Amino acid sequence: MAKYVLLESRDPFDSGDTLHDYQVASDLAKAGNEVTLFLVQNGVFPARKSAHSERLSQLAKENVTVLADSFALRERAIASGELVDGVKAAELEVVVDAMAAGHKTIWL
Amino acid sequence: MANKKKLTFCIMDGPYENARTVTALRLIDIAAKRGYDQTVFAYEGGVSLTFAKQEKHANSVQGASLGVWDHPLPREWVASIMETARANGGSVDWINCGLCVDERGVGEAIEGTRRGAPSHLLEAADASDGTLIIGARG
Repeated sequence: MAKYVLLESRDPFDSGDTLHDYQVASDLAKAGNEVTLFLVQNGVFPARKSAHSERLSQLAKENVTVLADSFALRERAIASGELVDGVKAAELEVVVDAMAAGHKTIWL
Repeated sequence: MANKKKLTFCIMDGPYENARTVTALRLIDIAAKRGYDQTVFAYEGGVSLTFAKQEKHANSVQGASLGVWDHPLPREWVASIMETARANGGSVDWINCGLCVDERGVGEAIEGTRRGAPSHLLEAADASDGTLIIGARG
């Protein structure tokens, strides 16, 4: 079992690739890997309830840890109380922690 | 520090173009504050981040003078991160892809940077605890 941190910086309303990226996270988790999807920049937009939010909640149910960069949330005026189920705010330090621990860190 | 961490980053976006640059520099800054040893391989447009001739400018549209506008310069951000790393016992080995530099005419880079080749990225990744490639996208 490998440990992955996947960074998603794009908004699904802006890039159709994003939904494929979510699928990568899902597939890796279903294959038994430990997966964190870390949302940064415009990638945090679906963390606030929208037509694409359910997919993030579903990922959480599939054992993907879904985190949203606190800085990016503040920039976009998304309060932690507005986050959909399964998404938690986190500091960017999480990514550096993962790199230092040798996890596979991939910017999607 | 016996278990000192070593990280490698590859960045490809030029200055003032994409939020990825800010996120990349935030990550590098976090590692600098921890005193990690880092290699940053700047590729493609990323080599312009450390171009020494970046200049502040006023904003005449908003009526802001040079001093008031205080335009941010990526070369100053990078220099600041390097200083942070040094102050915390770490280092930032900033390597600009030589071919990318020549293509763009940005050979005059700030102190503390050097020219290199993609093979340096591979070597750094091999020697690192973790590597993050931040690719440019359309």
